[in-house]
Order: sequence, then C-alpha cells, then structure tokens
Amino acid sequence: MEKVLVFIDSPADSLKKTSQELLTLAQSMGQPVAAVAGDLSPAVRSELGSYGVGSIVVAADARLADFVVAPKAAFLASAATASGATVVLVENSPEGKEIAARTGIRLNAGVITDVVSVDADGTAHKSVLAGSYTTAARVSTAMTVLTVKANTVTVRAVGGGEPETVTVDVPADSFTSAARITSRTGKTASGRPELTDARVVVAGGRGVDGDFEPIELLADALGGAVGASRAATDAGWISHDAQVGQTGKTVSPELYISAGISGAIQQKAGMQTAKIIIAVNKDADSPVFEIADFGIVGDLHTVLPQAAAEIRKRQG
Amino acid sequence: MGETLKIIVLVKHVPDTQFDRHLSGPANSIDRSESILSELDEYALEAALQLSEARGGAKAGNQVIALSMGPAAAANAVKKSLQIGASEGVHLTDASLAGSDAAATSLALAAAIRHIGAEGQVDLVLTGMASTDGETSLVPAQLAERLGLPQVTFASSLEINGSTLTASRDTDSHSTTVEATLPAVVSVTDQINDPRYPNFKGIIAAKRKTVTTLSLADIGLDSAQVGQSGSWTTVVTAEPRPPRTAGTIITDDGDAGVKLVDFLAARKLL
Ligand SMILES: Cc1cc2nc3c(=O)[nH]c(=O)nc-3n(C[C@H](O)[C@H](O)[C@H](O)COP(=O)(O)OP(=O)(O)OC[C@H]3O[C@@H](n4cnc5c(N)ncnc54)[C@H](O)[C@@H]3O)c2cc1C
Ligand SMILES: Nc1ncnc2c1ncn2[C@@H]1O[C@H](COP(=O)(O)O)[C@@H](O)[C@H]1O
Repeated sequence: MEKVLVFIDSPADSLKKTSQELLTLAQSMGQPVAAVAGDLSPAVRSELGSYGVGSIVVAADARLADFVVAPKAAFLASAATASGATVVLVENSPEGKEIAARTGIRLNAGVITDVVSVDADGTAHKSVLAGSYTTAARVSTAMTVLTVKANTVTVRAVGGGEPETVTVDVPADSFTSAARITSRTGKTASGRPELTDARVVVAGGRGVDGDFEPIELLADALGGAVGASRAATDAGWISHDAQVGQTGKTVSPELYISAGISGAIQQKAGMQTAKIIIAVNKDADSPVFEIADFGIVGDLHTVLPQAAAEIRKRQG
Repeated sequence: MGETLKIIVLVKHVPDTQFDRHLSGPANSIDRSESILSELDEYALEAALQLSEARGGAKAGNQVIALSMGPAAAANAVKKSLQIGASEGVHLTDASLAGSDAAATSLALAAAIRHIGAEGQVDLVLTGMASTDGETSLVPAQLAERLGLPQVTFASSLEINGSTLTASRDTDSHSTTVEATLPAVVSVTDQINDPRYPNFKGIIAAKRKTVTTLSLADIGLDSAQVGQSGSWTTVVTAEPRPPRTAGTIITDDGDAGVKLVDFLAARKLL
C-alpha cells in the first residue's frame, strides 16, 4: 500500500482538527505516516496511533520553529524520503502552502494547493479564479504534495497500536540560508470559531461605521465567526485577521451574512463559494445583491440587532 | 555590499480581475487578452522604490529592475513598472514558457535572476503576496528554495540596515519579527504601503529607460525544462461554476430582522 505522509506542525497536547482531517484523508489514500515538527507528547503519539499511523518521523533538531519555513520543509522532505512516502499532505494555511512549495522543490514533486477532494487515482479537485471555476489537477512526478483545505473531510479514527518513532537529521543548509524569527507575540483568541473553519460567518464593511457590535451580536447568536471587508480592516475597526477576500481569507461557510459591504470583486473572491449568502445593505443598487440568496435593503444597525434578538427569543 | 541596493521586483502580467476570466484549450489555460500588471505586485514595486529613494534613488546608483516572465504582451507590465518608477526592465519571453506551473515558473525566474546577478550581485528579490491568476503563493517560496536564499514572505513591513533585513510577518495566532541577511527573497502583502500611480513625468521618463528581452537560451535553459513539459502538475478538467443568481430582495419596513430569521429557519440554518 502507498505510504501517505501527513505533516503535523508543533502539536500541543492534542491534534488540531485540520491534522485529524489530513490523517483521515491519508487513511483513505493508503498507509498513514506522520512527520511531526516540534515536541511530540505521549498523548499526541497515542492519538496518531488511533488514526492508523504506524510510524512517526521526528526531527533531530529542536530549532525548526525559529526560522521562516525552510528547515521545516527540509525536514518534511527528509521525512518523506526516509519513510518511502509517495504522497505528502500539508494543511492549507499560508505557512502550510509555503512548506509544501519548498518540499516540492526538494523532492522534485508537483504541488497542488487549495485541494478540496482527492480521487482514488490521485486526481485533486480545487476551485480557481476566485471560485469561478472548479478544476481537476494531477501531478506528473513520482511524488505528490497536496495542501488540503479545512472542513473538506469528516474526521474518523480507526484505532490502532502505539506507533514507532524514527528520527531524521535536518539538512544543515536549510538553517544557514533561512530567515530567523527574532520575536513572536501571541494574539488573544476571540472565543469565536476560526474564520476559515466556521459554519457561519457574519461580516461587516464600511457600513458598520466604526461599530462592529451589531455584527458581533448576530455572529454570537448564530455561533459564527466575524469577518470584514478591507475597508473595515483598513479603517482599523477590526483586525486584519478578519479580512475576507483576495488579500484576506477565503471562506466557504454554510452561511455568509454580509452587512454594510458593497460586494467589490476582491471581496467576492473570498466568499462567493459560501452555500447561502444573505446581504444587508441600505443601497438597493449595491452589487452584493446580485449574488445574495436573500437580500435586505435596510440599515444594518437596526436589522442585525433585531435578528439577533429574534434568534435568542426562538432559542428560548 | 555598498550603500546602494540592486533590487529585482517580480511583476506578473495577469488577466484583469475586473472582467470575467476564462479557462480554455487543451491545457485549460487562462485567456490573457485583457491583461494588466498584477495589482498585488504594485505593492512590491512601491516597497522597492521606497528602499531605493531612501538611499538616494537611481541617481545614487540604486537599481530597481522590474522582471516579468510572460508572452509578448507581458512587456506592458514591464513598461508600466518603468512608468511607476523602476529604473530598468527585463522581459523573459519564449514560446516554450507557455503553460508553466509554479515549479517551472520558479525555475525560469531563478535562472533569469542569476543571469541578471552575473553583472553585479542582486541584494533583494521582491514579489507580490500572490499572483491574482495563479493565486498559489508558491512562486516566492520555490524561488527562495531554488536560489538558496532566505525567504521572508508575507512581509507587512520591511526595513534594511546594512546587510540586515527586518520584517514583520503576521499569522493568525502570532505577530512575528523576522531577520535575514541579504541577499533575500521577500514577498510583501497589501498592508505594507500605498502604491503610487504613474505620473506624467514618470510616463515620459519611462521612454528613455532600457528594457532587456531575454529568451530561454539567454538564461541557459532548455525548452523541455519549462512550459507544459517542464511542469509537474497538469490541469485535466476545468468547469465554470454556475454563476450565482440573485434571490429574494426585500426592503426593511420594520421587521426585516425577523424575516431574516424566518429565512434562516426555512433553510434549517438556525
Ligand atoms: C489589491 C487589492 C486587494 C483588495 N483585497 C480586498 C479583500 O481582500 N477584501 C475586501 O473586502 N476588499 C479588498 N479590496 C478592496 C475592495 O476593492 C473594496 O474597496 C472593499 O471591499 C470595499 O469595502 P466595503 O464594501 O466595506 O466598502 P464600500 O464599498 O464603501 O461599501 C460600503 C457599503 O455599505 C453600505 N452601507 C453604508 N451604511 C450602511 C448601513 N448603515 N447599513 C447597511 N449598509 C450600509 C453602502 O451602501 C455600501 O454598499 C482590495 C482592493 C485592492 C486594490
Ligand atoms: N510569470 C511571472 N513573472 C514575474 N513574476 C511572477 C510570475 N509568476 C509569479 N511571479 C511573482 O510571484 C508572486 C506570487 O505568484 P504566485 O506564486 O503565482 O501566486 C507574484 O506576485 C509575482 O511577484
């Protein structure tokens, strides 16, 4: 059976959902193997076993996280060679894509990003041109590197024994020619779901006029994440992390509620693959209404709080 | 390294995102007829110009070289960069480059950068955060790997002191500061600056600037190494997504919030 190597970056005491999804996908494609950068706790080791991982590759160097991606990619490439894997799976975060990019060069392997599903013959499916096309792509090299989007796989553990550990050296050249991380400040978590994983996103634009409270009220009533247009993040009303669009995040939630956003092409690029779109905008000619399943011409400052209160009322 | 900088800015000629974009042909390649300089590369060009100007600009010997790989029309991206302020331009063009994926593109760009560097070391390669057609962000990382240079990607600020580069790079969970020794490959986000527009003086001045055209042979590559034959991925099918259609639109007369919740309930989204 083909070996499928899953890259797991600096796990804490348990695996992230995206790692669990990659491991589930790996099971369906062949024999899962894991490459773990950073510390490997006993709990994570057992959890990897429960996804059918028989062998875990770790790095003989504790400095991987101190540099911008190059050593992680060099480690992953070495792990792929050591384990005999033919497929490498990485999460689809900006850093994940860069690790995949460099691993691909080291392994002479084709890289496909933004993958949403993989066929039995290795064909990968994704959407391109801001969601206006869906494509199927294949690699022509002996090895394949894929970055797979979150929420595209239903997690399933199969049970299994304790995996063995294999240690590989990290090529020294990957440290000498890498950028060093000299400071790192953690950001405070909002307590809301991650924007890219959320089932519901409520996003605000210039129309919120400095006050995101109506957006947050509705997001919290729906258990959703808060998003924003670039006009709102540029104004400093909310962190850039919340930006949806071409230069922000791409989201495909079940429900996207756009409020006070005109619907510029760069905003649509990040949200038009949502299943259902609701738009609230006081201008009936706003282009966002062209893509909305349900549109409300009105003031978000009255419509959103009313909707949030109504949801709370129905939930009792 | 002296006080001056030799910077290469990678500028891509891409289909304008303001119009509908189409994939067609046996390789499912993009129609490039309505193309412009990728707007995300304007941030890289602006960053280069600011670094150069802080050191006295072209007059003091700083170089900002706009490099684009693409068909004949990609010369327009180079020309636009010269109008905005680049000091010279390089257009890498060859029929066999058509259909290159990120691996082949980074191979060709790396060879072009080495070719330019043969006449004096390049201190910095600046790129956009992503191309607006490929949207993969693979090229800058692959270029750094191929050139064996430090990679500083998604920089939202950038400073150079002597041969040390300092940048900020944000992820969802952390804000980080990174440091590297020149030469380096740096990609910048749209948070880094406000790109300038070409002005009349710039448009006139651009006419006197040099554009060098390079072929594959000039950079020492063989046609089998690039294009579709040199690519490691192929697009086997491409289907346009059915366009979204407008649904029901109502005007608020006092109870639109309740109607919104009715809609959610009807779609089982509560
Ligand atoms: C290189 C580049 C990259 C970009 N990347 C992104 C990106 O990633 N994401 C992004 O979003 N944009 C991006 N943009 C910007 C984009 O072009 C638009 O400028 C931006 O999306 C506009 O934001 P907005 O809709 O909030 O503001 P506006 O276009 O000003 O629209 C505000 C809307 O709010 C409505 N409104 C005002 N008051 C109210 C109220 N009380 N109640 C209800 N409605 C109200 C108005 O009718 C209007 O439609 C990018 C642009 C460039 C050049
Ligand atoms: N054909 C090209 N010519 C010049 N620069 C390019 C080309 N392709 C990619 N780049 C650069 O690489 C960046 C990222 O592109 P991509 O990896 O395709 O998303 C772009 O913003 C450009 O700066």
